[in-house]
Amino acid sequence: MKSNSDLNNEQPITHEEIIRKELEIISEMKKHVHDTGELLPGLYTVSDSDMLPGYYPPRPDFGLMLRSLEDLLDYDKQREQDGFPRRIRLGKLVKPTRGNKSKVIVVPTSSEPKFYHDDSTTDDDEEQTGGSGEGEEGEVIGRKQAQPQEGEGEGQGAGQGEGGDHDVSSEAFDLGKILTERFHLPNLQNKGKKRAFSKYTYDLTDKNRGFGQLLDKKSTLKKIIETNILLGRINPKEPFDPTRLIIGPKDHVYRILSKEKDFETQAVVFFIRDYSGSMQGKPAESVSTLHLFIYSWLMYQYQNNVMTRFILHDTAAKEVPDFYTYYQSQVAGGTRVAPSFQMALDIIKKENLASDYNIYIFYGTDGDDWDNDGKELKEALGELIPLCNRIGITVAKNAWGGSSDTTVEKNINDSGFLQKYPKNIRMDSFKSEEAGEERIIESIKKLVSET
Amino acid sequence: MYLIDQHTKKIMEECKERARAAGLSFDKETLEYIVTNKDLLELSPKVMIPTLYDYWLYDVEVLKEYGKYKLYPSNPYETVINSRPAISFYNDNNPDWLNIMIFYHVLAHIDFFQNNRLFEHTWNDDFVGVALADKREIEGYRREHGRWADYIIEFSRSIDNITGYFHSLAGLNYPYHLEPDEKLNYYFNTFMPDVLGKSDSDISKEIDRYNRILAVSGDHAAEVFFAEVRQKYPEFTAELEKYERDESPWHDVLLFIRDHSPFMRKPENQWMKSIVTIVHNTAQYFAPQIRSKIANEGWASYWHDNLFRTDDRIKGFESDYARINAGVTSLNRIGLNPYAIGLRLYEYVEDLAEKGKLSWQFEKILNREKRDSFNLKTGKGKETIFGIRQNFSDFMFINTFVDQDFVDLHNLFVVGKRMDEQKGVVEYYIKSRKAEDYKKMLLDSLYHPPHITVSKELTTDKRLYLVHHFEGKQLYQGYIPDVLVGLEYLWGAEVKLQTTEIVAQKENNEVTGYTYRDVLYSCKNKKVTKAIAKDE
Repeated sequence: MKSNSDLNNEQPITHEEIIRKELEIISEMKKHVHDTGELLPGLYTVSDSDMLPGYYPPRPDFGLMLRSLEDLLDYDKQREQDGFPRRIRLGKLVKPTRGNKSKVIVVPTSSEPKFYHDDSTTDDDEEQTGGSGEGEEGEVIGRKQAQPQEGEGEGQGAGQGEGGDHDVSSEAFDLGKILTERFHLPNLQNKGKKRAFSKYTYDLTDKNRGFGQLLDKKSTLKKIIETNILLGRINPKEPFDPTRLIIGPKDHVYRILSKEKDFETQAVVFFIRDYSGSMQGKPAESVSTLHLFIYSWLMYQYQNNVMTRFILHDTAAKEVPDFYTYYQSQVAGGTRVAPSFQMALDIIKKENLASDYNIYIFYGTDGDDWDNDGKELKEALGELIPLCNRIGITVAKNAWGGSSDTTVEKNINDSGFLQKYPKNIRMDSFKSEEAGEERIIESIKKLVSET
Repeated sequence: MYLIDQHTKKIMEECKERARAAGLSFDKETLEYIVTNKDLLELSPKVMIPTLYDYWLYDVEVLKEYGKYKLYPSNPYETVINSRPAISFYNDNNPDWLNIMIFYHVLAHIDFFQNNRLFEHTWNDDFVGVALADKREIEGYRREHGRWADYIIEFSRSIDNITGYFHSLAGLNYPYHLEPDEKLNYYFNTFMPDVLGKSDSDISKEIDRYNRILAVSGDHAAEVFFAEVRQKYPEFTAELEKYERDESPWHDVLLFIRDHSPFMRKPENQWMKSIVTIVHNTAQYFAPQIRSKIANEGWASYWHDNLFRTDDRIKGFESDYARINAGVTSLNRIGLNPYAIGLRLYEYVEDLAEKGKLSWQFEKILNREKRDSFNLKTGKGKETIFGIRQNFSDFMFINTFVDQDFVDLHNLFVVGKRMDEQKGVVEYYIKSRKAEDYKKMLLDSLYHPPHITVSKELTTDKRLYLVHHFEGKQLYQGYIPDVLVGLEYLWGAEVKLQTTEIVAQKENNEVTGYTYRDVLYSCKNKKVTKAIAKDE
C-alpha cells in the first residue's frame, strides 16, 4: 500500500500528512535540543573535567569526533609530500541481489601493512577447512560456481563479524564524492526540468504492539500462546482449547505505517563493455574499474537517482541486469562493436528515454573490432550523439598491441565525430599496463569534463 | 550509549548469583551499556575500547563500516571487553529471556578473562583507564608534533603483531629481584676483565671497595659507586649500552628499536619512545584474546547453555532459545565455528574426566568395548574443565584433546577444495576423517604471526638487520616495502630484512612443485630493493 505523498508535488496535502509532517518536525526538534543542551554550562554541568587543566571532557558522541573524509584525504595527501605511501584507497562493496538491483557502495578503505604470513602460497596442495556430518571420504559435499553467476554471491550477513584479516582490497564509502571533490571532476548540468531528488513512500513494514493499522495475525497468535504458557494455562503435554485462552492487552501485534525513502531517476547511464576473448587481465580490469568509478561519480552527482543499464558484447550484444554480472562476465568470443551501440540506441528509442533523462554512454574496449571499416558503428553513433549528453569511449590497449591506433580508434577518428561534437563524444586511450588509479582518474576527467 | 535500566540490571545480578553458584568466579562489579548499531560501528576499529587512542586510520575504518552497514545491516547481540570493571555492550531491543542467555554468555567470558593465565598481565589494571591516560599522552604529543606523532603510531603498529607476547607472559612471575644487578654484573664480569683488561687481583680489590660503599650507603651504594666509575671511565656508559643491546637475552623488535634506535636516542626525539611503548603495550593487551578464541567462546557457550537450560526463567521460551542457541553452536557442514568446536571440546573433556579416561590406566586399554564401557565415576569432570579454562590456550586445547574419538563422535572431517575446470565449479569434498589430519587443519588455521627477530651481530647504528625465521609460509610480499619504509624512519638508517620466498615451479602453466629461496630486502632512503641470495 503506497500513498501519494510526494510533498513537492502540486497535489493538495492530506490531513494525515500534515500531522505526520508535524510529528517529524517535533522529533527533529527534540534531537536538536538534546545535541546542544550538553554544551551549555550550568550549575551541575561543569565538573573537574571541564575546569581542571589536563582533564578532557568525556566525549558524548564518537561520531562527532570523526574527522571528515576530506580531512582524512588531506592528511593522506600530506603523506605523499612527507615521502610515505598513501594509505587511503578507493574500495568498492558489491552486494549482488536478484534482479537488476545489485548495490554497489564505494568507500574509502585503508590497509595496515604489517608482516603477515601469506597463506596463498604454501606447499600444501590445497586450501582446507573443517566440516561435519555424514559422508564418505572423497565424497563431494558442495559445489560453487567458479565465477559467480547472476544473482549469486555472498549472502546476507557477510558484513557481520567478518574477519577481513588484512584483506588487500577491502572497501569503503562514497567514491563519487571523493572523485568530485578531490579529483576535481566537473559537476553536471541539470537537464532543465526541475525534479524532486527524493520522495517518501509509506508502507506497512514496522511492527508495533498494542495499536496500529493492520493486525498481524500470526505474530499475535504467537504472543497469545506465549502469554498463556507463562500463565500456565497451556500444558505442553496436552492439547488445549483455543477458545479458553486469555488474551493480554499487549498481545496484539500490528503493522504500522512507516516512512521509506524512495528515489526518482534523473539520468540513464549505459555502460557498455567488450567482453570478448581478448578482454582479459589488465584491459578488462582497467575498463571495469573505470566504469565503476564513473558509476559512483554519477551516483553522487545525481544523489543515487541514476538508472543504469549494462550491455556486454562480443560479436553480439547482450544486456545484463546488474553491475555485478557486468563486472564479472567473460566469454571467449570474437569482437564486433557496432551491435552494442545499436542495442543502446534501440533501448533509448523503444523506451523513449531521451525525452526525460540525461543519457550517458560509457564504452570500454581493448580497441579490437572485426568490422574493419566500422560502417555500422558510425551509423549507430551518428544517431546516438544527438540523443546523449555524453558518450565516453575508453580504449585500454593490450600490451601486445603496439603503439599504433587500434581499429576502434581508427574508426572513431575517421568518423570525424570527435571534432564535430566535442561536447558529446570523447575518447581516451591508454596502455592498460600503465593504468594505475591516477591514470584512470585522468581518463575519467577527459571523458566527462565540460571543456 | 547509556547504562541498562534497573529492571535489566536486576536480571544481570540474578544471573551473577547463579553463575557463581555454578563455580564461575569474577569481580563483583560489572557495567552494561546499551549502544546503538552506529556506536558499535564506531567502536569496532578501536576494538570496542571507547578510550583507545585516536588514530586517523580508525576514522577511515569507521567510514568503511558505515558503508558496509548500508549493504549488510546487522544486529550484534553483545560484546564484552576485558576491563575493570568488565564492560559489555548490548542492543536495547533484546527481550528479557534473551538477555538472560546473553548475560550468562557474557559472565562466562568475564570469568575467562579474569581466570585464564593468558590474561594474567591484564589483571592488575583497568585497561579502559590505562588507555585513556595513553590517549591523553598521545594527544599531547600530537599537539606538539602534529602528524609526526601519527607516523610514529603507524610505524610502531606496523610491527605490533610480532611483539613477543609469550616472552612477556613467561617473565611475568619471574623473580627478577633475585638476579644480580645487571650493571654490577657487567662491570665486574665483563667491563673490568675484557674492556679494561684488569687482573683478578684488581677486580677483587674493586669488589672490596664496592662492599665498603655498600656498608656505608646501603641502598644507594650502586648509585655512589657508579658515579665514581663514570668519572674514572667515561666510556662505561656507552659500553654498557652496547653490551645490553648485544647480550641481553631477548627483545621483541619493537622494543629493540625503542631502546637502541640511533634516531630516537636524540634528545629531540625522546618523546617518540613513549608512543612506541603505548602501541607495544596496547598490542600486548589484545594479544591473548586472539589466542584463546576457541577456548573462550567454547567456555561461554558451554555456560550459557548449561545455566540457561536449568534456569526456570526459560519457561515459555524453550523453542526460541533452541533456535538461537543452534545458530550459535551448531557445527558447520563446511567451515569452522569456534563456538561449536570449543563447546564440544569442553563437553568431551568433561566426559572423559568424569569417567577417569584421562589416565594411563585408560590409555593402555586397547579393546574397543572395554574402552567404551570404562567408567571410574571420578566426579572430576567440572574440576578438569575449570582447569582448562585456567591454563589452556587454543593451541594447547586442540593439541591435547582432539583425537579420533572426538572426531568420530561429532562426525568431523577435513574439507578439501578443488577446481573442476570442465564444469567450471569449485568442489568441496570430504578429504579426511582422520583425527591427525583434522587436528593439523585446526592448528594450521590458528592465528600465528611470523617469527621475526633482530640480528644483533649484523645490526649497527647505520643498519637495522631483521631476520624472518621461516616456518613454511612466506611473508605477504605486498606489505613488506611499506613496513620497511616505516622502520627505516624509526631506526633513522637503512633497514634490511632477510626472509624466504616460496617459488612455484611451472611447466606449461601447471604448478609442478615449490622451491624455497632466501631473499634480502633493503630499504634505504625510502627505496626498497630485493636481492635474491645466490645458491650455495
